[in-house]
Amino acid sequence: MSATLLTPPDLLDDVLGVSEGDAIDAVRRSRPAARENTQATLTALFALEDGADGADVPTLAERLAVATFVVGLHGESPLLAVYAADLDPEVRDVVTGLVAQAVRPGPFGVYREPGLAEESVEGPRWAAPTDALGPRLAAALTHAALLVQRPRESSPQALAALLAAGWSRTEIVTLSQLVAFLTYQVRVVAGLAVLKESRS
Amino acid sequence: MSTAHVAGDGSLATAPEVTTYPELDRPEHFTRANLGWVPWLEPPTAEELTEEQYVGLVDRRRDSSPYFRLLALDPAVLAARTKADIDIFHTSSRDGDGLPRPERELAAAVASRVNGCVFCASVHARFSAQLSHREADIDLLLAEGVESAAGALDPRWSAILNAAEALTVTPPRFGTEHVASLRSVGLSDEAIGDLVSSAGFFSWANRLMLSLGEPENPAS
Repeated sequence: MSATLLTPPDLLDDVLGVSEGDAIDAVRRSRPAARENTQATLTALFALEDGADGADVPTLAERLAVATFVVGLHGESPLLAVYAADLDPEVRDVVTGLVAQAVRPGPFGVYREPGLAEESVEGPRWAAPTDALGPRLAAALTHAALLVQRPRESSPQALAALLAAGWSRTEIVTLSQLVAFLTYQVRVVAGLAVLKESRS
Repeated sequence: MSTAHVAGDGSLATAPEVTTYPELDRPEHFTRANLGWVPWLEPPTAEELTEEQYVGLVDRRRDSSPYFRLLALDPAVLAARTKADIDIFHTSSRDGDGLPRPERELAAAVASRVNGCVFCASVHARFSAQLSHREADIDLLLAEGVESAAGALDPRWSAILNAAEALTVTPPRFGTEHVASLRSVGLSDEAIGDLVSSAGFFSWANRLMLSLGEPENPAS
């Protein structure tokens, strides 16, 4: 685990270059529980070591690979280097290559709701190759691309594909939280970085 | 309720843990109606929840919701997420210079509209309409989408709609022009921070609600 990812007190302050008492610090501290629990979510997602007693969670390597992929799908973010830092270099190269294949603007996709058919937007649906990463991690990246880019196309079949690749029900909940949390974290960093820039 | 089981290739059979609802009465549009939500993975029952999982719910009464019981399978993440949610949205008694609650709910509805989460949009459109008393404006957002609504509404809501949309798309397009536009309609830095949090939080919430189950119409 890198020095940065879970170093107290706060990853977002680190990547945004926030210092105590500055304008962005004041903004963040106006909702103190949101600030603290954004960091607490990160801790909950990454602090658990592999092989912890009774744990039904993806491995740390899987969590970091998914995180690197998800942040990578969002283009430039100072968070990318943080998640990539702890990844095995070979896996990191593979994930970086897959980001380049998979990246595209979103959200898009076909609506389930008949009344929204006119708003459906077709586009290439990316699925991870299994040869480089194995079926479990490939299934996770395929699901992550679905959630990031075309969440409206989510389906029970997508969950069945994860189960078939060896993900337990509890692990699917954790994976879903991981991907979804990162889409929030990337946007908070992007938004506050712009607010900071607009003040200088 | 009738259920069936589907395997990864879409064929019926081998993955007993996934539930589908062939007869579900599904909404067909974005709506302010009080929709239900059904899970595709079976949540623990309230009786099966451990004390640790109850702590994850934060408010024990959330054990009536299949969504929160399912998320309780990872109680540490759920607890932190719930506490962040409450601070981002349920703090109207201390708005201070922050964004008024109806407009935080508006940002949540915009994110949900852009991502295509009919369930989340229904909840937060309803909250925003109730708190702002601007039902017609909210219904315009739901029926016509962000771009049309932003073109038709007053400058303040238009700026909020455009900014929330820019925060929701991938990659985010939120830029200094959005900040300038929000400032010009009276938003403080704290209020802009609230907008970033409330729109951003729904990128998280939408993806959970959309990917773990689906909405159903209220019983008529």
